[in-house]
Amino acid sequence: MRRRVLAAIAIGWVLLWSGTAHAHLVTTGLGPVYDGVSHLFTTFDDLLPVVAMALLAGLNGPISGRRALFTLPVAWLAAGVAGYSGPVALLPAGVTSLSLLALGILTAADLKLGPPVVTALAVGLGIVHGWLNGAGIAVAGREASGLVGIAAAIFVVAALLSALVASLQRPWTRIAVRVAGSWIAAIGLLLLGWTLSGRI
Amino acid sequence: MKFEASRCARTLAAAGIAALLASPAWAHAQQGQASGLLTGLRHPVSGLDHVLAMVAVGLWGAQLGAPAIWLLPVTFPMVMAFGGFLGLLGVSLPGVEIGIAASAVLLGSMVAKEAHPPLGSAAALVGFFAIFHGYAHGTELPPGQSGLTYSVGFVIATGCLHATGIAIGLIHRWDWGRVALRVAGAAVAAAGVFFLWRAVA
Repeated sequence: MRRRVLAAIAIGWVLLWSGTAHAHLVTTGLGPVYDGVSHLFTTFDDLLPVVAMALLAGLNGPISGRRALFTLPVAWLAAGVAGYSGPVALLPAGVTSLSLLALGILTAADLKLGPPVVTALAVGLGIVHGWLNGAGIAVAGREASGLVGIAAAIFVVAALLSALVASLQRPWTRIAVRVAGSWIAAIGLLLLGWTLSGRI
Repeated sequence: MKFEASRCARTLAAAGIAALLASPAWAHAQQGQASGLLTGLRHPVSGLDHVLAMVAVGLWGAQLGAPAIWLLPVTFPMVMAFGGFLGLLGVSLPGVEIGIAASAVLLGSMVAKEAHPPLGSAAALVGFFAIFHGYAHGTELPPGQSGLTYSVGFVIATGCLHATGIAIGLIHRWDWGRVALRVAGAAVAAAGVFFLWRAVA
């Protein structure tokens, strides 16, 4: 059973393998930190997983929200610095689709995961996407301080969204968040299809 | 509390107006992002068959009430995306156009009859047809555009069509509204028959 799981993971990894690192920092003219801030809001690959993580953390309550609020940007920044400093390691292009799919399904299902699991998800998300950002910035020859801007923007988005969701009291408002989760999962599944078909 | 809610609503309205009036800054962070998003937003509303079926899902959900009113919009996008996923992988699905037309006929009929099947059956029916809609419409990305932003636009537009159907369906609380919904369902079914005839011919 375990070998089958490992084989499935290995096949999935090979299928999703890509030799590109994505950073796509926008030049705002205000310096690398602001380039990093604008990066988050102009790049759905990173923005949507952050939104999904914030929604999930908020649905799981204030404690989960607070932990995700601090662990997600810190993990993102640390992994970004590691990705920038270290050798260019290739991560699958399907990372974004899998992040969206997993976080979207968990949000749509409104599962009570508990603070440790939510924190682990936030750290995992931060490590993978932060690494991609750092490696991409290094490849593009941009300044590493852009990562500070990205992490700051993530903190703001996560703070606003998770606090808003955690404060929701009426049942239909939580349902609206779950619908948003199902939309994110649908986007992730379509993106996985685009990736596997090699059309993007 | 009332004052706070009013102030919050005014702030949101002001923010919305400011956002809508703002001049766009074209950053070109990734090529084809904006065009992909716009294409994705436009695509679901460009085909009447898709529009009618999506709105009918919302109408039916409103007729069925809780929990269907929220279960159908939660499940539909994911199943629809699964249909798009199959299409992107090249899996063959015969009779796609017939399936889309049949969805309008059956979903319209359900609204017209104000049918109340078990929740699982209703979800299965909607999910079954969602695969055809996703297969047909979820994969039509023009060259050079971003697949991610196309998917974002496509899912948002489809969700908004559901929301429109649910909003219209809220007239179900009144007697005249119930009649109007049934008439609307019959109209959707009639349009579906036309689409079916066109697909078969």
